[in-house]
Amino acid sequence: MATRSEILLEHDEQGGERLAHGGRPGAFRALFRHPTALVGLAIVGAMAFVAVAAPVLSPADPTDVDAARRLLPPSADAPLGTDNLGRDIASRIMWGARLSLGTAALATTLILTIGVGLGLVSGYYGGLVDDLVMRVVDVILAFPALILALAIVGVLGPGIGSVMIGVVSVAWADYARVMRGLVLAARERQYVEAARATGTPNARILLRHLLPNVFPPIVVLASLEMGGLILAVSALSFLGLGAQPPTPEWGAMLNDGRAFIAAAPQLMIYPGLAISVVVVGFNLLGDGLRDVLDPHTRR
Amino acid sequence: MTRYVARRLLYLVPVWLGISLLAFSLALLAPGDPVRSTLQAQGIDAPSAEQVRELRRELGLDDPGPIRYAKWLAAAVQGDLGYSVRTGEPVLRSLADRFPRTAQLALIAIVLGLALALPLGILAALFRDRAMDHVSRLGALVGASIPSFWLAYLLIILFAVQLRLLPVAGSNTPQHVILPALTLAIGAAASLTRLTRSAMLEELTQEYVRTARSKGLRERSVVVGHALRNALIAIVTVTGIRLAGLLGGAVIVETIFAWPGIGKYVVDSISGRDYPTIQGFVLFAGTLVLLINLAVDLMYVALDPRVRLGGRAGGD
Repeated sequence: MATRSEILLEHDEQGGERLAHGGRPGAFRALFRHPTALVGLAIVGAMAFVAVAAPVLSPADPTDVDAARRLLPPSADAPLGTDNLGRDIASRIMWGARLSLGTAALATTLILTIGVGLGLVSGYYGGLVDDLVMRVVDVILAFPALILALAIVGVLGPGIGSVMIGVVSVAWADYARVMRGLVLAARERQYVEAARATGTPNARILLRHLLPNVFPPIVVLASLEMGGLILAVSALSFLGLGAQPPTPEWGAMLNDGRAFIAAAPQLMIYPGLAISVVVVGFNLLGDGLRDVLDPHTRR
Repeated sequence: MTRYVARRLLYLVPVWLGISLLAFSLALLAPGDPVRSTLQAQGIDAPSAEQVRELRRELGLDDPGPIRYAKWLAAAVQGDLGYSVRTGEPVLRSLADRFPRTAQLALIAIVLGLALALPLGILAALFRDRAMDHVSRLGALVGASIPSFWLAYLLIILFAVQLRLLPVAGSNTPQHVILPALTLAIGAAASLTRLTRSAMLEELTQEYVRTARSKGLRERSVVVGHALRNALIAIVTVTGIRLAGLLGGAVIVETIFAWPGIGKYVVDSISGRDYPTIQGFVLFAGTLVLLINLAVDLMYVALDPRVRLGGRAGGD
């Protein structure tokens, strides 16, 4: 789970406040002219398509066990070969995309909702709420993310639901901190002061004035977060704490393949490749988005 | 400076208490009855009512939550983190016995990571937007995106299975440390390369670099003696943070390579539903990271004259 803190650091060094200005007009069009972002978008788009269309695209049932077809090399029939139980690896990877992307997307949504929400409230109201939220954030950020998520999942017991709780309850803290910083900077701006002076209710100021203006850097973080979450979720599954057999999940597939590393290394190659490619995609997209949304940070 | 250090030390107290509260509360998340699961872990599936009552009292479960936390904390401060329900050994000693192996692995990994990242990052900054830069950035992107548990097996397939140069797993010989350390190092090097590059780019555009060049200093002494020296402040900070992060990576890598550190131990404890050990590990890891961060901050103060002389005693 290296990406998360690393990105935020870079983010801090480059001055989160400057990012708070909001996106440039035409940022969306600029994204399509940005080569890095475009490659990232293509990879993520292709993976999302595979995830959605897995039931149609996959050549076989991903959980279909066939003792007669164990550990087959790639062929026209099974494009990436079969695993130790005779299941079609290509189909399992396609269905795995569903689980990995779906889990990461749901977790990102929860993380953003909690982190952005608490960060907004904390930064806008200050005082006791702010103190309380920030002390909790301090404690969570005192841990390497994976350690705390691992301990939570370890106590809750294995399963994809536990993994979701584990990663969400850790990852929101960074967002709350970044968001609070952005809000503190934006709160002093004229449009917020003007809104407050004209008697606009707090909730409206938060949602209609502050949120849209601090949103762009959050989009960047979310794209990078997706990559980090896919790594974290598959790591926990690899340790046997996430998706349980026979569910096709990339990290769990790698765990299953460990025993056959000498005899059938292909069991280990393709699921790992799938994870790496999709994480590269999200990282490229996030880097591109950062360039497009704030040209000053371009290096 | 003294005031900064004092404030920094004082800040540790509430965060550490928060960490301890978190570690303690973890047990409340556990599904099922802690008495029964403890007895089950000891191999007693159908305990008598007497056994249950006895253990309840022994575990202090009859007290209300805050009292239990206070008692747990008081014991923890004295080095008593309870006993492993799996092995029966004291948790703190089990962790402390295994920690040196994890520290050894992490330190070798971070040195290897810096050995990769510093040259790559510096060259990328010096030859910005040229081939060297692109190669280094691509390497950093791939290194940050590959899951460590996959990289570990790629290295095993290459060096242990195909080339038969290195042992697959274990810890008996010095060679055993190479593959796990390399796995961790590549992940750490990815972010350190990016950081070195951007810190060097930042410094190379500064006024003092232009002055040094116009004085006619050789390029090497401008880059190494001036720019790198200042870039190191940021690099040291991130290296410290990465070192703490390696603790997380060690959980996976130690499990794969059967390296007898605390990472593998906690994964084994999780499979064994050994809650006292999981709690102890969280407290141990959190305390360790606090201390690493403290060391990094103090080093930062020592390295950066602007902070040292009190002009800009920022950071919390």
